[in-house]
Amino acid sequence: MRIKPAFENYLFVLPAAAIFAVFYIIPFIWVFQLGLYSWDGILPTKAFVGLSNFKEIILQDKIWWGAMLNAGYITLIALTFQNALAFLLAWACDREIRMKNFYRLIFFIPPVLSEIVVGLVWQWILDGNYGLLNNWLGQLGLSNLVRNWLSDPNTALTTVAIVHCWKGFGWGFLIFLAGLQTIPREFYEAARVDGANAWVCFRKVTMPLMVPVVVLVAILTILGTMQGFVLIIAMTDGGPAYHTQVPVLRILAAMRGSSRFGYACAQSITFGAILMTISFIQYRFSRYARQA
Amino acid sequence: MKRNSPVLTTALLLLLLITAGCGQKISGKPSNTITVWHWMTDRDPAFQELAKRYEARTGVRVNFELYAPSDAYSQKVRAAAQGNNLPDIFGLLGEKRDFASFIKAGHILDLTPYMQDSGGAWQKRFFAKALAVNEFSSDNAYGITPGIYGVPVDIMTIQMLYNKDLFRKLGINPDRPPATFAEFLEIGRKIKDNNMQGLVSGWGEIWMIDCLANDYAFNIMGKDKILDTIRGKVPYTDPDWVRVFTLFKQMQDSGALASGIVTMVNKNAEQLFANERAVFAFNGSWCLNVYKEMNPNLNYAPMLPPKASDKFPMSIWGGAGSSFIVNARSKNKEGAVKFLEWLTDRDQQVYLAEATDNLPSNKDSLSNIAPIMAEFANDMEITTHPNTWGISEYPQVIEAFDKGIQSIIIGEKTPEQVAAQVEMVKEREMAR
Repeated sequence: MRIKPAFENYLFVLPAAAIFAVFYIIPFIWVFQLGLYSWDGILPTKAFVGLSNFKEIILQDKIWWGAMLNAGYITLIALTFQNALAFLLAWACDREIRMKNFYRLIFFIPPVLSEIVVGLVWQWILDGNYGLLNNWLGQLGLSNLVRNWLSDPNTALTTVAIVHCWKGFGWGFLIFLAGLQTIPREFYEAARVDGANAWVCFRKVTMPLMVPVVVLVAILTILGTMQGFVLIIAMTDGGPAYHTQVPVLRILAAMRGSSRFGYACAQSITFGAILMTISFIQYRFSRYARQA
Repeated sequence: MKRNSPVLTTALLLLLLITAGCGQKISGKPSNTITVWHWMTDRDPAFQELAKRYEARTGVRVNFELYAPSDAYSQKVRAAAQGNNLPDIFGLLGEKRDFASFIKAGHILDLTPYMQDSGGAWQKRFFAKALAVNEFSSDNAYGITPGIYGVPVDIMTIQMLYNKDLFRKLGINPDRPPATFAEFLEIGRKIKDNNMQGLVSGWGEIWMIDCLANDYAFNIMGKDKILDTIRGKVPYTDPDWVRVFTLFKQMQDSGALASGIVTMVNKNAEQLFANERAVFAFNGSWCLNVYKEMNPNLNYAPMLPPKASDKFPMSIWGGAGSSFIVNARSKNKEGAVKFLEWLTDRDQQVYLAEATDNLPSNKDSLSNIAPIMAEFANDMEITTHPNTWGISEYPQVIEAFDKGIQSIIIGEKTPEQVAAQVEMVKEREMAR
């Protein structure tokens, strides 16, 4: 009598489990397995090399770790600048202001645009010779600021990071706005009755209730930014030299440029493990913050 | 049990749907349709027209399937190779090492018997340099049976170009482009003084840096020393290699390079040159079509990279532009070979050259092409290409080499530092 309902339950779960296994679990195991081989992606034979691909990534591949640092830098700017901007705009749009629906629409346009198109348009704007930005700076009498934004090693990575923030802040804006709208208005009214000003309301009501949303946006920002590469391909293709290389570009370089499929798979697994660790730490930290 | 049946059926159907398509194509009898995969967006309309002509002539249908951009195309070919789903004819992008792996995996048909049939009539049609890119010689380092494994559809050379009108503006004789590196640097200084832009090229896509660096390596140290470097007998810290790196520093310092060249993609470089905003360009012969479309009045001419040494002759990259290969496992391989033989015949090659402004691989077609195209084709004899050397440099070394040159141009590293870094990567790869 008990076995039958259990069997039925498993049967209902089976399609989802099968899809998850076929498209996630099996490829993951496969990629890990390929990471243990030296293989060019074409030959039918592969040479088993054990963990040497992983060892090379961790101990020898300085370019890989440089790319990780670059991605970390872009992520840091996204976590601070992008998310602060998204929160600020969401908070403004949550208040009774004129044309708030129009602003909501405008702020959500950049994320829905194609990344490659956005990259190419910004590349055109930032072009050192005939770009709009340098032209405007010249007209404003700020010629000393004119530079090759994407070719100058001092500005390339920060420029790419700012474009990434422009492209991505709309997602955070939308989630923050949804979070703000779930906070009951009565809480604010009660706080005001108790004599709280706008800053105290923000600090004592909005912020504590927004912690789970902030954590969610932070996790999504880290995962999305660390894995970003399309904008960079369109704007600099990882150059000049290695100044805007990011991990996914290195994986692509190993797979396509060097025909080292096994190594690229090992890089993917290493990268996945790093992202999982960061997400886990952040999740634990958020639980701690909520309890506090 | 009755109650469970719909659930069970749904689950089974889902599983069937998931696993459908995982099977391998089962080959059967030859069909009357030949499938060709390619990435050449600009040549697709001409290919479609030729397919129609071939069907009208033989009754055999040819399906040209375009997959662009080239990166996506390469991925598709690799995935198809892994699944044994390659079409009858396809093109291969990449290095000779990859070509060799495809042959070893049994995906590519040896075309030597077909080429040498009837006294080698088919083989004799082509420029030898174009065929060499698809050939494995007896001393090849890849362990491939010597033979011809691909058919060049067109040829290309990568050269310098200069704008004659901008030369006049600079007070330089437009019929006398710089012949020596010193003259080139002198023009670079004039360009800088006149606030103009110098050489533009797709050096953001690093392989084009490699082209020019190799041209100068041939000029400074000759082919044998380059091959010895690849074999590991000569280090990249050798003074001749340092001199090659130094040339890029000199170009940058003189003003001969356009600003922002290190992240410039070739499309942007082509736009700048076509719009007369750059004095020089370093580009492949495919640019003829591009410039014609962007600016039909552009007054320009090709020139060899100005020589930096009198020790060895200057060589330029060139050879087969695009090649087609036949799937060795195709049930239509005989038909595919016949189609390629027809495609590279004189009339079809003239049509392709006229319709696409690419240089024909068939030597006999040259008399019917535009003069500017002939200028490019005339330098075919001095071309070289890594795919004809019988040995390949490690991709990691090539990356370190090209990225190193970018570092020199942006003033981050000295030629000596880059040479040392490239040598370090080389030693690491050789020790692996």
